[in-house]
Amino acid sequence: MSDALTPGAQVGRSVPRLEAKAKVSGRAEYTHVMRLPGMLQAKIVRSTVPHGEIESIDVSAARAMPGVYGVYTGEDVKTVIPDPYYGPAFHDQPILALGKVHYIGEPVAAVLAEDPHVAEAAAQSVVVSYRELPAVFDEMEAAEDNVVVHDQLKPATTFADLKHLKGRRNTNCALDFKLRRGNAEKGFASAADVFEHTFRTQKVLHLSLEPLVSIADATPDHVTLHTSSQGPSFVRTEIARLLGLPENRVRVKVPYLGGGYGAKLYIKMEALAVALSLLARKPVKVALTIDEVFYTITKHPSTFRIKTGVDKDGRIIARKCDVWWNGGAYADIGPRVTQKSGFTASGPYDIENVSIDSYAMYTNLPPAGALRGFGIPQLVWAYESHTDMVARALGRDPLDFRKQNLLRTGRPHATGTVMKDVAIEAVLDRIAARLDWSKPFMRGEGVLRRGRGLAVGLKAVIAPTTSVAILNISGDGSCTVYCGTIDMGQGSDTAMAQIAGEVLNIPAERIRVVPRDTDVTPYDMGTLGSRSLFHMGHAVRLAAEDAKAKIAALAREVGEPEGSNIPLRELFVKKYGMQAGNIVGTAAYKPDYAPPDPATGQTPNATPFWMAAGAGVEIEVDTETGHIKILRLINVADVGRAINPKIVETQLSGAALMQLGFTLFEKMHLEGGQVVNASMADYKIPGIHDVPPMLNETVENTQSNGPFGAKGAGEVGTFGVSPAIANAIEDAVGVRLTELPLTPEAVLRAIRASQGRPLEDA
Amino acid sequence: MAAPRRIAFTLNGRSVTAEVMPHHSLVEMLQTQFGLTGARESCGQGLCGCCTVLVDGKPVSGCLHLAVFVDGAELVTIEHLGGPQGLDPVQEAFIEAGAFQCGYCTPGFVLMTKALLAHNPEPDDEQIKDYLAGNLCRCAAYPEIVEAVRLAARTSKAAPSVARA
Repeated sequence: MSDALTPGAQVGRSVPRLEAKAKVSGRAEYTHVMRLPGMLQAKIVRSTVPHGEIESIDVSAARAMPGVYGVYTGEDVKTVIPDPYYGPAFHDQPILALGKVHYIGEPVAAVLAEDPHVAEAAAQSVVVSYRELPAVFDEMEAAEDNVVVHDQLKPATTFADLKHLKGRRNTNCALDFKLRRGNAEKGFASAADVFEHTFRTQKVLHLSLEPLVSIADATPDHVTLHTSSQGPSFVRTEIARLLGLPENRVRVKVPYLGGGYGAKLYIKMEALAVALSLLARKPVKVALTIDEVFYTITKHPSTFRIKTGVDKDGRIIARKCDVWWNGGAYADIGPRVTQKSGFTASGPYDIENVSIDSYAMYTNLPPAGALRGFGIPQLVWAYESHTDMVARALGRDPLDFRKQNLLRTGRPHATGTVMKDVAIEAVLDRIAARLDWSKPFMRGEGVLRRGRGLAVGLKAVIAPTTSVAILNISGDGSCTVYCGTIDMGQGSDTAMAQIAGEVLNIPAERIRVVPRDTDVTPYDMGTLGSRSLFHMGHAVRLAAEDAKAKIAALAREVGEPEGSNIPLRELFVKKYGMQAGNIVGTAAYKPDYAPPDPATGQTPNATPFWMAAGAGVEIEVDTETGHIKILRLINVADVGRAINPKIVETQLSGAALMQLGFTLFEKMHLEGGQVVNASMADYKIPGIHDVPPMLNETVENTQSNGPFGAKGAGEVGTFGVSPAIANAIEDAVGVRLTELPLTPEAVLRAIRASQGRPLEDA
Repeated sequence: MAAPRRIAFTLNGRSVTAEVMPHHSLVEMLQTQFGLTGARESCGQGLCGCCTVLVDGKPVSGCLHLAVFVDGAELVTIEHLGGPQGLDPVQEAFIEAGAFQCGYCTPGFVLMTKALLAHNPEPDDEQIKDYLAGNLCRCAAYPEIVEAVRLAARTSKAAPSVARA
């Protein structure tokens, strides 16, 4: 206790990550490099057709290979897990395909061997024959229901508002969410101008550098899982359900994650690892390669048709949003994305008449889930491109038009919830100031033309969700925090230590945050949607307050005067006669929330907090090649009060750069349902040369109901990037792109088309 | 199946031997035979740099470099940097600059920085970016990584590396 660390004032301090030394030394623990004694490695045989009935699976050659421990199919899985369908929103995904396959890459069989090379060679020799069925890939075609992906809908019981979908047949629509405010049709009828555009986003994926991996050591009455998961509590619940075990017989351990971004949420490879471990009666590791991740979980492609009516003064009086989400062959969390992001589809604008329809569509593609924004980046891309187009069509300055229509504090959002604690206008103003928006702008000449653009987005945190935390003070006065929030790089361990330290007057560096283990760490809904700092932050704060009250009670009990600053260790010694004992504080946190009316989406309390962020860019377009050079990228966000300003800045910057890849070049190319660029050689992610000059800022704000005024910051940096760049392209060269990514080819095609000399199709 | 081969090399300053199959990669050997997990396979194609190992002072992609190739060579992995007395100045610089988030790619970036500074002690920003262009960070901590290399260049001059390689 003699080092230079000063107690107090932990919040707002840029504490280096608690695990920093372990990470720079290569010692931080990750599941992908973990091994258990006697462990077998699994390799997966995957479907080669997008939709079909399995006629036969011949595993004889694989089984005969020296070193092969076993080869298993969906029928084998049923012997240990009779109803082997899993998923967070729908129980639609089989552990291994049963009867039918629904996308190319779907797991059909698995081979186990001690040597992964043997397992891989054997997997190649499994012969599966299919009777192919018609398939559907595009979300708009899927909406016509000519080809149906699943015979009937199988919603899980996890979410009460999906129950009504149970047993629905002959539809690809897994969820249709509706919001109605005022009367959009009447609004359009009375509008001076009406504009309608359609925007699309492509299929991309998370590509965390640690691929998905789970290691199971299962017996019929107890399971231990080591897994790279963003949600160990859900994994535990789901594995317990599949096996018919109480939750205390399932132990889920999660070390650090080599990136997550939403890919490792809910349940991924865990069920397969458990099933194979039960079948083989040995520990089994299912470690995907990067290439296999392309067939496992992706971001939702989307089509968003948006229509806006404006009165003669330039006020937006009506907006109609129709959004189709391409969820792929299994629902994963798509229905939640459809609803929980869908309700913000009309954007950060004050509009009297709003109609939103948001549809989760099944298709015969690899499944889609949450990816850094839970659907928000797709929505902001569309509504901020569209808003810019409307402003330009009206001859209005895009900033001025936005400010006229902005949703301000005290005004109702489209859900009816009154806006509070969200600094949208400050975000927009700061972007404009940083861009010197009101000053003349050099537009370039000749081949190189310059333009600038901005965009702002709004997100509601997903509700209602719960976090529980435990805080333990040991006999020497040292403090340990037990919480289920996963540190996947966002710095949550450090932030939680800062919050506990702030309450208990202990430097964050001295607090231990234990690795996640469901035998030890209490329930948390999941590390997702920028919810953890708020929800778990509150739980940790309250657990620390609970411990603090117990410390005071102990001091009274041993006769210390009120306000005594006796060291904790001496307090324990007074009580127990030696360095012994514990003080345990605990708390659960669940914010207030009111569910939306199913018919109208209206609710007085849609979310515990709103997030707002945006981007501004200056770009240079080469009109001969279509290449875009980002001259400046400005990212501004309202994160409430930053618990750790340095980590917040890194999050903003990292999120914006990730979105820059999704904006400019990342795309999963699909041919007949087959991903044809499923490797990092053919799917480029941003590298060090792709980083433009960047400025990342937060605006002054306090989230009044947040822990120490804070709220989530992990996703907001993604919001404005894509539309800001598309808006800048139009500003520079007068062409409008409505589909991501904004590749040089797409830009050049648009320029040439606008000149009346279109390029020939490739 | 091909027969295993016995190879001898120097690993983090110690003479060692290993039995390897001709198809075993360097990463696989380090993880399974020596318990060294700081070099990690990610892309499996030599494109991301997560598996970087220094072989005779040169960074190689351990996922593509076959284990048999290191017979007689001198290997340094991330685990060798720093020592009981503290971290290497490059590691310190990565912490100071906040140059990582999830940390999965970090050992590769740290070893690349060691290799860069060994032959170019005062790189400018363009040289830093060119040298690190083969390493990927999906958390995109690139601005902080460039800052860390600048910082490491300054501090390495003042306090030479504690690693013996």
